[in-house]
Amino acid sequence: MEQKLVALTGNDAVAYAFKQARPHVASAFPITPQTEMMHKFAEFVANDEVDTELILVESEHSAMSAAVGACAAGARTVTATSSAGFALMWEVLYLAASLRLPIAMAVVNRALSGNINIHNDHSDAMGGRDAGWIQIYAENAQEAYDNALMAFRIGEHPEVRLPVMINYDGFIISHTSEALFMVDDATAYDFVGPFKPAYSLLNVENPITVGPLDLTDYYFEHKVSELEAHQKAFDVVRAISEEYGRLTGRHYELFESYRLDDAELALVILGSTAGTAKDVIDDYRRRGVKVGLLKVRLFRPFPAAEILAALSGKQVVGVLDKSASFGGWGGPVFTEIRSALYQSPNGRPPIHNWIYGLGGRDTDMKQIAEVIDSLQAVSQGEPRETINLLGVRL
Amino acid sequence: MAVNLKKLATRPDLLTGGHRACAGCTGSIILRQVMLSAGADTVVGFATGCMEVVTTIFPYTAWKVPYIHSAFENVAATISGAETAFRALKKRGELPVERDNINFIAFGGDGGTYDIGLQSLSGAMERGHNMVYICYDNEAYMNTGIQRSSATPLGAHTSTAPAGKVKQGKEQHRKDLTKIMVAHNIPYVAQTTPFHWKDLSTKVEKALAVKGPAFLNILMPCTVGWHFDTAIGVQMAKEAVETNFWPLFEVEQGQYKVNYKPKERAPLSDWLKKQGRFKHLFRPGNEQILAQLQAWVDDEWEKLLILAGEQEVPAPQQTQQA
Repeated sequence: MEQKLVALTGNDAVAYAFKQARPHVASAFPITPQTEMMHKFAEFVANDEVDTELILVESEHSAMSAAVGACAAGARTVTATSSAGFALMWEVLYLAASLRLPIAMAVVNRALSGNINIHNDHSDAMGGRDAGWIQIYAENAQEAYDNALMAFRIGEHPEVRLPVMINYDGFIISHTSEALFMVDDATAYDFVGPFKPAYSLLNVENPITVGPLDLTDYYFEHKVSELEAHQKAFDVVRAISEEYGRLTGRHYELFESYRLDDAELALVILGSTAGTAKDVIDDYRRRGVKVGLLKVRLFRPFPAAEILAALSGKQVVGVLDKSASFGGWGGPVFTEIRSALYQSPNGRPPIHNWIYGLGGRDTDMKQIAEVIDSLQAVSQGEPRETINLLGVRL
Repeated sequence: MAVNLKKLATRPDLLTGGHRACAGCTGSIILRQVMLSAGADTVVGFATGCMEVVTTIFPYTAWKVPYIHSAFENVAATISGAETAFRALKKRGELPVERDNINFIAFGGDGGTYDIGLQSLSGAMERGHNMVYICYDNEAYMNTGIQRSSATPLGAHTSTAPAGKVKQGKEQHRKDLTKIMVAHNIPYVAQTTPFHWKDLSTKVEKALAVKGPAFLNILMPCTVGWHFDTAIGVQMAKEAVETNFWPLFEVEQGQYKVNYKPKERAPLSDWLKKQGRFKHLFRPGNEQILAQLQAWVDDEWEKLLILAGEQEVPAPQQTQQA
């Protein structure tokens, strides 16, 4: 299929994907660096390029609440946020997932206050990782666009029916122009298809009660159905990604393995830093160092068994976390990866964690090289701390 | 719009019996009366609160219309989303059942409306959604155990502002939410009670008929929180109006209208005496609080009459030069 090569910022790319999915309703409240995504989408609405009703709310709490009301009424619903706005939504994030409403939300990842900081890290989305949403992360604008289109299919799938966060790094992806391939509108909508809600509040001839009081005798079972939906999402994400790959030639799996198969040293990274790491890995490979990358794409649900298989047999694993878990043992990605590797049948590789890039601190190739050097040192029997900091003045 | 009692009486109840409201609850009376006027083509939203808890407890529901509850502070935003979905789906011809119009009603108690939900309510009203917000105001957080709210009147005993040796209940007057809603310049705002069934039904019909947002504030005497005999809840609503504590009025397109004026306003203390929450005000030493409360009621009534054009604005008093 012929695709258009365009230069777009990540925000504009996701706005195009949302437009192509023809949502009935979009609710939003501005926050940097999400703002320009909704500016672009509002332009599409103003120019009649998409027939979406906008709800321009007075807070992110209301943005998510209005999205819940709209989606429960059978509307394909989108919204977007970052950082503090995400934190303000937090209560309602759980409701969206528990009520099984497949809202699609762009999360333009930004550090949480305080102190207030508008730049990228993953502390916002990581704070909502247990809210019941599917979380997909992108390395660049192309992936953000592709993930956004796939998000509707994944979330709305009858076996899943869960809301989806389309994560991409603030400024690094959201505000940087990149060349990417776009599917034409008709093909995109043909792929996404119409929203077929299981229930609708607007069916006044068949009234339903949504969100009743749910106490000790049923709540647990309802949570189990949510847990099961996440388990079913693995196959759905695989199938939709395969279909998208056939359509566009861009193939996605639950995670990306970059020069990982024969690697002895493995990096695990999520988000835009994976791109930087690929360049550094290429440098080391030229020098004969067998290093590779596992780029996390689907973080919720977390594909533990597949990641175990991919990392099993590696000499050393280094996990990078762009958020801190205060008082915890390492960052959230590290905790997940390490937990997955506990099941390793052929010995658990040493695993180390680097907390990096908080508040948008630049992560350059030198820093990634520092991590790889440390992994090499560990493989040669040198001791290293389990939890480390990267790119910080000490 | 003339409300016809005979017709209302033959309409099906959209809030079934068997729910778990307290004996003597006037809230369920309010809900039934509202739903008789609204009819089956109505989507109802609820803020967390007593009437939410008692009418839906999985796997049961008392609602025969579509209903959604998500959180405490967001019913206005939630219903604004459902209302927007209706317009969006209708425009594309994708409604699940054909309808020209569906009523959207958001219910919240005074906690969910005056306090934690005020921002969400203000936003939804300002955006102009075609919805009715109904506050059932029982003047405290009854659902969580009778804590004070900004709707609790001066002197009332609550769990968080109790009457004790040095404190005599709530130390502030109640917030005038109805006027805050008037300040949103929405097409219809009104106050009513479950005793005044005709007034209530008329106001529900008017609120639903206007294009755009409407707000109703309905006083809900609470046998548990106010401490009165379970048999007299509706009577308590009547007396709240006879004392001018809770005037019946409406504001249509900015024009105030007082719907009922007592021939002779009853003394507030007669009404207060029937409520355990004000018991301490009748102890020696608290006469001042009673007088303050009465003066506040009279003052608010006078201001309302002025707004309705029924009384002249008093001439400004000569200020004395120092």
